[in-house]
Amino acid sequence: MKIVASWLREWVDPDLDTEALGHRLTMAGHEVDDIRTEGDGLEGVVIAEVVAVNKHPDADRLSVCQVSDGSSETIEVVCGAPNVVKGMKSPLATPGVTLPNGLKLRKSKIRGVTSNGMLCSAVELGLGDESDGIMSLPEDAPVGTALAEYLGLPDAVIDFDLTPNRGDCFSVLGIARDVSALTGTKIKDAIAAPVAATIDDTHPVQVELPEGCPNFAGRVIRNIDPAAESPVWMTEKLRRSGLRSIHPVVDVTNYVMLELGQPLHAYDLKLVSGAIRPRLAKKGEKVTLLDEKEVSVNADTLVISDDSGAIGLAGIMGGLSTAVSDSTVDVFFEAAFWPQEFMAGRARSYGLHTDASLRFERGVDPAGQARAVERASALLLEISGGDAGPLVMNTATEFLPKRETIHLRRARITKLLGLHLDDPTVVEILQRLGLEVAPAEDGWDITAPSHRFDLEIEVDLIEEIARIYGYDAIPETTAIAETPLEVVTESKIELEYVAMTLVARDYQEVITYSFIDLESNKKLAGVDPELVLSNPISSEMSVMRASLWPGMLIAAAANAARQQDRVRLFEIGKSFHGSLGDHTEVVRIAGVAMGSALPEQWGSKSQAVDFFDIKSDVSALLNLAGDTSRFEFVTTEHTALQPGQAANIVRDGQIIGVIGKLHPRHLKSFDLKRDAFLFELDAAAALASTAPTATPVSKYPSIRRDIAVVVDDKISADDLVSTVASAAPDLISSVRIFDIYKGPGIEAGLKSVALGLILQETSRTLTDDDADAAMTAAVRKLEEKFAAELRD
Amino acid sequence: MRALSELVQTAASEIDAATDLAALDAVRVTYLGKKGELRARLKSLSDLPVDERPTVGQEINQAKQELQGLINARREALGTAALEATLAGDAVDVTLPGRGASIGGRHPVSRAMTRIEKIFCKAGFGVRTGPEIEDDFHNFTALNFPENHPARAEHDTFFFPGGNLLRTHTSPVQIRSMVEEGVPIRIIAPGRVYRCDSDQTHTPMFHQVEGLVIDRGISLANLKAVLHQFVESFFEREAQLRFRASYFPFTEPSAEVDILWEKGKWLEILGCGMVHPNVLEAAGVDSEEFTGYAFGMGVERLAMLRYGVTDLRTFFENDLRFLRQFR
Repeated sequence: MKIVASWLREWVDPDLDTEALGHRLTMAGHEVDDIRTEGDGLEGVVIAEVVAVNKHPDADRLSVCQVSDGSSETIEVVCGAPNVVKGMKSPLATPGVTLPNGLKLRKSKIRGVTSNGMLCSAVELGLGDESDGIMSLPEDAPVGTALAEYLGLPDAVIDFDLTPNRGDCFSVLGIARDVSALTGTKIKDAIAAPVAATIDDTHPVQVELPEGCPNFAGRVIRNIDPAAESPVWMTEKLRRSGLRSIHPVVDVTNYVMLELGQPLHAYDLKLVSGAIRPRLAKKGEKVTLLDEKEVSVNADTLVISDDSGAIGLAGIMGGLSTAVSDSTVDVFFEAAFWPQEFMAGRARSYGLHTDASLRFERGVDPAGQARAVERASALLLEISGGDAGPLVMNTATEFLPKRETIHLRRARITKLLGLHLDDPTVVEILQRLGLEVAPAEDGWDITAPSHRFDLEIEVDLIEEIARIYGYDAIPETTAIAETPLEVVTESKIELEYVAMTLVARDYQEVITYSFIDLESNKKLAGVDPELVLSNPISSEMSVMRASLWPGMLIAAAANAARQQDRVRLFEIGKSFHGSLGDHTEVVRIAGVAMGSALPEQWGSKSQAVDFFDIKSDVSALLNLAGDTSRFEFVTTEHTALQPGQAANIVRDGQIIGVIGKLHPRHLKSFDLKRDAFLFELDAAAALASTAPTATPVSKYPSIRRDIAVVVDDKISADDLVSTVASAAPDLISSVRIFDIYKGPGIEAGLKSVALGLILQETSRTLTDDDADAAMTAAVRKLEEKFAAELRD
Repeated sequence: MRALSELVQTAASEIDAATDLAALDAVRVTYLGKKGELRARLKSLSDLPVDERPTVGQEINQAKQELQGLINARREALGTAALEATLAGDAVDVTLPGRGASIGGRHPVSRAMTRIEKIFCKAGFGVRTGPEIEDDFHNFTALNFPENHPARAEHDTFFFPGGNLLRTHTSPVQIRSMVEEGVPIRIIAPGRVYRCDSDQTHTPMFHQVEGLVIDRGISLANLKAVLHQFVESFFEREAQLRFRASYFPFTEPSAEVDILWEKGKWLEILGCGMVHPNVLEAAGVDSEEFTGYAFGMGVERLAMLRYGVTDLRTFFENDLRFLRQFR
C-alpha cells in the first residue's frame, strides 16, 4: 500500500526523515518495499497559460503556441500535443532547464519555426506513467508559479508490504497511529468537526441481516455543483497513492478511504429506487458493476439492493445503475462495517480485488463509519457545494465486535520475551498505542480501541510491547536444555550415505518437480493417477508423480540437447500412490544413465552404458544394506522398460525396486536419441539394515577350482551359482562367473559358462581330495538340474 | 712377457670399455678365467726360482683381486644402468588423466539442506519429516489459520479435489511431531513445499527447514540466539542480523530475520516467532506451562546466498553445466 509522506506528516510529524521513518516502520512490522521520491528536478518548470494556438505552417500535427509565464512578453513554443488549446494552463520548461528525464532544453528550430521552450506532459516531468498530451492544470493554477511549489513537490511515496493481521494500517491514519506509538509524537487530528445538517433529507436504509451489517452510516447531500472539479491537492494525493481522479464525489470517497481506511460508496440518489437494503444475495441474482461487467452473485455474498434488486456488491464494488456521473446533483454516501467473515474470499470468487475488498477482508474499524461519512461530507461540500442532510446511523450493537478486557501479566512478558521491562515502560508503550491501561493484580487490565480488533489475548499485547520496544533491543540468550542422547540406529541406511555413494559412482543429483504430466506418469508408472491437482500451474505439472523417472528423463533429455553426451542423474524424493482419500508417499532413489559407460578417455575403450553398468551401481547401494544375498533380480515386464532387459529387485519376497532399459517406444516422447538405463528403489525397503554380526575368519588357505559347463542359454546365472553352491554348502564359500561364451564351437541356444569356486574350511586345511569331491558333487548337480555338459 | 702392471692396466681399460654384461664377462674370462692370463701366470710360477715364487705369487694374486674388484664394480654399474634404461622406458605422462569413472555431485539445494541439518543436529535437534500431501487441519487450522483467514490467501495453495492440499510450508510437521512425541521437543523438519506461483523469483516447489523448540522457559531471547548462531555457522562468518516484526498466524510475537549482505543491503532469510498458544493447544500442549519458538527458512534462498546463485529457477532446470559447479 502506498502512503504519501506529506499526507502522513499532516497527521503525525516526527523529527525523522522519510528514510529513517521508513526504517522504523519496517522494523515494527510494516515492511517498506520502496520509497519513491516524486517531483525531484522540477526546478525551472513553471505554470504557463496558453494564450494563442496556431497551426504550424509546415507540419499538420504541430502547433505554434504563444504562452505566458506571467512576464510581460509571451513566449513562442512549438507543441506537438493534440490536447493543446487556448486558455489551457500547463507546465512550461524554457531553454536551460533540465527535465527529470534528463532532457536538457535548448532553443531550437522545429520545421523552420523557433521554439523557445516546451509545454510538458506528466511523463516528461516524472509525474505519471502515461499521458495523452501535455499536462492540463486547473484553471485557477497561478501563472508563473513554480510547478513544484504549486503541486507540493517534491514528495515521497512510501510503499508498504502490510501484514494481513493489521487491517487497521491500510490508511494514512493507521500508519500515523503506529508512527505515533513508535516515536511518541502525538497524532494531529486533522479532521474538522461534524458537518451540520442544512436540510432534513434522509434516505431509508433497511438492514435485513444485522450480523452482516452491524454498522451503517449514511447521509444525503443534495444540489452539488456537477461542474465542480477536484482540487489539485486532492488529485495529487490520489495520484501519488496510485488512484486516478475520476469525479469529485468518487475522488472524495477514495480520499477518505486512503486517509481513514474506511471504504465508502456514493450513490447518485436520483437513480436509487426505494430503500437501500443490505442483504445476502438471492440465488441467481445478477448485478452489473461499475466496471460494466455483469456478475452472477453467490448466496454467500452481501449485496446492497433497492427496489430494482441488487445495486452493488457490499464492500467490493458498487453497481453501474446507481453510479455517480457528470450529471449527478444528489448524492447518498454510504460507509458500512461489513464483518470479515462476510467478506473473506468473496471478491476473489468473482475474480475481483478492489481497494475496498482488500480493506474489508482484513478488517476495518467497526466504529469508524460515522467519522468517514463526516469527513467525506465536509470535503464534498467544500469542493462541490450542496446541502447536507443529517448523518443517519443503523447500528446493531449486539453484532459489533466486543471490546473485551485483556489481562496482561507482568511475569508473562519476561517469560516470553526473555527480557525484563519495568512497569512505566510497559505502560507507556501500551498507552502510546492508544490502549486503556488499568493496574491489576500481577499486571494490568487492558482495553484496546475499536480499530485494534487484532488484539484479543495476552500474547497479542506482549507482541505489541516487543514491537514498539524494538526486537533489536531484546538480548540473545542461549537456552539451556536437557538434550538426552538419542538412539542412533543401524536399522536403516542414511539417505546422505546413499547420495554420496551415487556421487562417488559418477551420478549427479537432480531435483525435479513432484508433479508431472498425466501422460508421462501413465507411460512410465503404468497407473491411472488419482492424485491430480485441482489448480495446477499447467497440465505439465498436474499429477503427483508415481515414479521419479519422467522428471528425470526430461532433465536427461534437456541435458542431451545441450551437447551433454553422457548423462548420469539420480534423485531422492517422494513418489505418490493411491487415491485422494487414501494415499501413500514413498521415498525413492532413482537413477538414469545415458551415453558411454565411462567418460571419454585415453585409457579405456568407449563403450555405451548397459544393464550391467547400472546393475553394478544398484548393487553398490544394496550392499550398503548389508547381506546382498537377500536381494534377487527377477526378470519382469514393465511398461517403461524394454522386455528382456527389465528386472524387479526383490528382497525377502517383496519388490523393492526396478531396473532396466527404457523401452525404445518411449524415446521419442521424451525427445531422447539414445538408450537410457533406469533404476528406482524404495528407499525404506531397500535400505533396511541390521548391525552386522561378525564371524571368525578362517586361518586356513582356500582352494580355487574352475569349471566350464555348457548349458541352455535361458538358464540364469543366479540358478547356476546357487546350484553349484548348494552342492557342498560347507565347503564352497563363494562361486563366481568369470566368463560367458556363445559362438563358434558352442551350439546355438547354448552357452558356455566358466565358474570359479572358492573352497574353504574354517577348522582345517582342505586337501585336494576334499576339493575333488566338492567339484564332482557340483558337476553332478549341474548335470542333473540343467543337463549341463562339462567342457574341457 | 709383458709386465704384470701393464697387464693389469690393459685389463682395467678393457673392463672400463665393456658396455654390457657379456663384454664384461669376456674380459673376465680373458684375464681371470680358467684359461685366463693370470691363471696361466700362476701355473708358470713353478718355472720360477723357489725364492722368487712367493713374491711373484703375491703380486699375481693382488692383480687378480684388483681386477675382480674392478669387474664387480663395473658389473654393478652396468646393472644399474640397465635397470635405469628399462625404467626410463616405463616412464608415463603423469599429466594424463586417471582411468575409469569420474565423480558426480550433489544438488546445491541438497547440499545446503544437509548443511543446515548438520548444524542443528550438533545442537541436539532431531530431524522429522511429514507428508507432502497434507490436510487442511495440519497445514492451516491447527496452525491458527482460521477458515477464511486472509493469510490463507497469501499461501497460493495447490488443492486436490476433496480439500487435501500440497503443504505450503513445513510447519504441519510441528503439529504432527508435538502430537506424536509430546513436549519438550527440539526438532527440525526439512522438506519440499509447494505454492501455486511461478515467476522469476518463485518456483511452484521449493524447500524449507522448519525448526521447533518447546520447553519450559523458552523465550524470544533464546530464539534470537539460536538463529544468530545458526546463520554464523551456515555462512562461516560473523553476521549481522536484524529481527523485524512480522506476522505469521502460528507464531506471536513473529519476526522476519534479515542478514546484512553486500553493499549494506539487508536480505530477508527466514521467518520465526514464539509459538502461538492456539498452536500449542491444538497440539495438546499446555501453553501456560510450556513456551517455545519456531522458525522456517527457505533452503533455496540460503543456497543462493551461500553459493552466489542469482536465479532461483536454475535450481530446477537441472542443467549439468550448472549442477557440476557444486560437487
